[in-house]
Amino acid sequence: MSDALVPSGAPAPVLGSPIPPVLAARRAEARWRPGLSQQPLHSEIFASGGEASGAGLALALARDALAAAGESEDARQVLWVQDRGAIRQGGRPCVAGLPPDLRHRLIHVAAATPEDALFALEEGLKCRDLACVIGEIAGNPRALSFTASRRLTLTAERHGVALWLVRLDAEPDLSSARMRWRTRAAPSPPARWNPAAPGTANWHAELFRARAHAPGEWMLSDANEHLHIVRPSASVSAAPDIGDLVRPTVGRSLAARARA
Amino acid sequence: MAIWFARLSVDRWRLALGPEERGAADSAPTALINETAHGPRIAAANDAGLAAGARAGMLLADARALCPQLAAVPADPAGDLAALENLALWAQRWGPWSALDPPDGVLVDVTGAGHLLGGDEALLADVASVFARRGLTARAALAPTAGAAWALAHFAPAGAILAPDDDPLRLLGDLPVAALRLDDDVLTVLRRLGIRRLGELAGISGAHDDPAREAAARDAIRRRFRNRRSPAANPLLRLDQLLGRMPEPLLPVLDRPQPMVQRRLMEPIRHRSLLDRVMGDLADDMVRALEARGEGARRLELALWRVDGEVMWRRIELAAATREAAHMIRLFAARLNDVDAGFGIEAVQLRASWSEPLALSQADLDEAAQQHGTSLAACIDRLSVRLGPKAVIRPVAHASHIPERAQGWQPPLDPLLPMQGRLAFHARPLKLLDRPEPIAVLYASPDGFPQRFRWRGDVREVVRVEGPERIAPEWWRERSTARLRDYYRIEDTAGRRYWIYRRGIAGDGRGGVPDWFLQGLCA
Repeated sequence: MSDALVPSGAPAPVLGSPIPPVLAARRAEARWRPGLSQQPLHSEIFASGGEASGAGLALALARDALAAAGESEDARQVLWVQDRGAIRQGGRPCVAGLPPDLRHRLIHVAAATPEDALFALEEGLKCRDLACVIGEIAGNPRALSFTASRRLTLTAERHGVALWLVRLDAEPDLSSARMRWRTRAAPSPPARWNPAAPGTANWHAELFRARAHAPGEWMLSDANEHLHIVRPSASVSAAPDIGDLVRPTVGRSLAARARA
Repeated sequence: MAIWFARLSVDRWRLALGPEERGAADSAPTALINETAHGPRIAAANDAGLAAGARAGMLLADARALCPQLAAVPADPAGDLAALENLALWAQRWGPWSALDPPDGVLVDVTGAGHLLGGDEALLADVASVFARRGLTARAALAPTAGAAWALAHFAPAGAILAPDDDPLRLLGDLPVAALRLDDDVLTVLRRLGIRRLGELAGISGAHDDPAREAAARDAIRRRFRNRRSPAANPLLRLDQLLGRMPEPLLPVLDRPQPMVQRRLMEPIRHRSLLDRVMGDLADDMVRALEARGEGARRLELALWRVDGEVMWRRIELAAATREAAHMIRLFAARLNDVDAGFGIEAVQLRASWSEPLALSQADLDEAAQQHGTSLAACIDRLSVRLGPKAVIRPVAHASHIPERAQGWQPPLDPLLPMQGRLAFHARPLKLLDRPEPIAVLYASPDGFPQRFRWRGDVREVVRVEGPERIAPEWWRERSTARLRDYYRIEDTAGRRYWIYRRGIAGDGRGGVPDWFLQGLCA
């Protein structure tokens, strides 16, 4: 997974390394990459209200964190809290469009005010039977102050339930979130069977504040059910996937080589 | 034993009057009426009304033609049924269990219980005297089977007893066929066949000494009613039940009192701290009451009686059966903030009006596990008490093609209904707007791909399209003028993906130029 956007230096995962897990966990990861085992428990994702990329990236990151923690098979519920502004701007989750493993275990909370949404988020973080909590709050409400976000962080870290808070059309004000993302939709790769159709979702994600990682920008995608970084060249190739039927021509064609 | 309250609704109406009004009410012709599609219809009439010509089932207008001063009072069938349930429970003083016989009867099993009151005759006399004291017209009869007892209660002189060793056919043969508890249309059929008495139905051939002819004649009647499964529509089934040749299951009435605890306070309380302490005591009592029954509460009702006679109710519903006092107190604490104590609260009652079995379980001995957060049910209770039960819901798939109808919402802890798996032909967006927002679309041809659209004020260029996915209106649910929808998945220059549709096609005869709507946002 080498790409131009990510400078080399991301440590390769070493299987069966002699470093004890406690020390390995303490070693700070310089660069963020998908599939890290040490995921923060409170992240904020800033996105525009007119697109679903914030919720899409939050879901992808949450599933990535659960899979990295080895809990991809669990049947625990996922709490999705939206305040009224978020519902008005982006609508409610659609059960047929969710990832298949989440369809049966989503509980939706429609809060009227940001205060109620924060209450619901905090109660969700206190619940031991939840896999994670996803929140969507529109704008910069007065209730979501630094104190409130600090409360959320402390609750999440005390009870070990991860919170992914999507902020729609919001300014990145003071917050105690451990990782803060800014995301927007990116042109998708061509669909496999119909080049004119929209493909799987791509997000342009910018990690602009994190405790353990250096800031950076990536193109992320959730295709094939796992979060990965998209190589920019992959989005250019418009040829349909023909498998290994034909050997790809590399560089100049055979005729050109024969003529040379 | 069957008890028939021959005039239940009239008796209840009469008892509801004051004792001083009853004399005047008895002398005035009165009818209890039900409102029907054809106007008020008489359900029952008192003695003066019957004497004046009013009959059950008559239209009130017809009865008024016979007796212009007939007074009309609305009947109360639901109240009659509730009263009958209470009477059935109360009738368990004579036997271990009783069953309802709607609309106006009660069946009590008094097998082997007669000697407790000094014999069967004394039992029936007790029944008659007790109901006469209550002001209810009742006729009771004893028989080995429920059907025979019912027939005797309705069509025999009061106090009839059929001993187990009597021959029921010989003693009951003179009763009319209506004693078989049959529907009206079956009675009409039997009357047309010329069968009026039980004996005629049993000995249909008229030749009692020839079993072969008897069996053949009985076979003819069985063929006539061969497709009547219900006993009330099949006279032979009813006859066999009356004679005890066929079992007749009855549904007994069981009394299940709700767990209820209350505190009557010596001094009216006006302060919240005192109320919280009373609430804590009540919750502890309720937990003990529930524990004794092996149940957990799903709905709790708190009633607060004020000194000035006002009663305030607070009701909470729980997502799962619970027996935790701390949880109940916490949920009620949020609901007690707006209680107006007035001059003081003098009595507090807590009732579990809906409870479910909840087995006793070992308390969590691990101290760390208790501090490690709440359970899912407790979390949902807390959320729905503050945000309302409709705010905490689970999206579930529904059997429909229309996207907004293909998704329903249900309480979060209800079991998921099994659904047919969906074919994954079509991609669906991650989020659906509550109501589709109209967009202005620029297109090359009216039924072609969209090229540019304006949504929420800014114009976006469409670079990729997939579609149309045509979803026809559900004609079995919608009006015939509903237009079909052509859905497109589109992506604009910035990579934002949407799910839009065109309602109708040009020239479908169901409206003018088709409108475009944006319904979903893809991830």
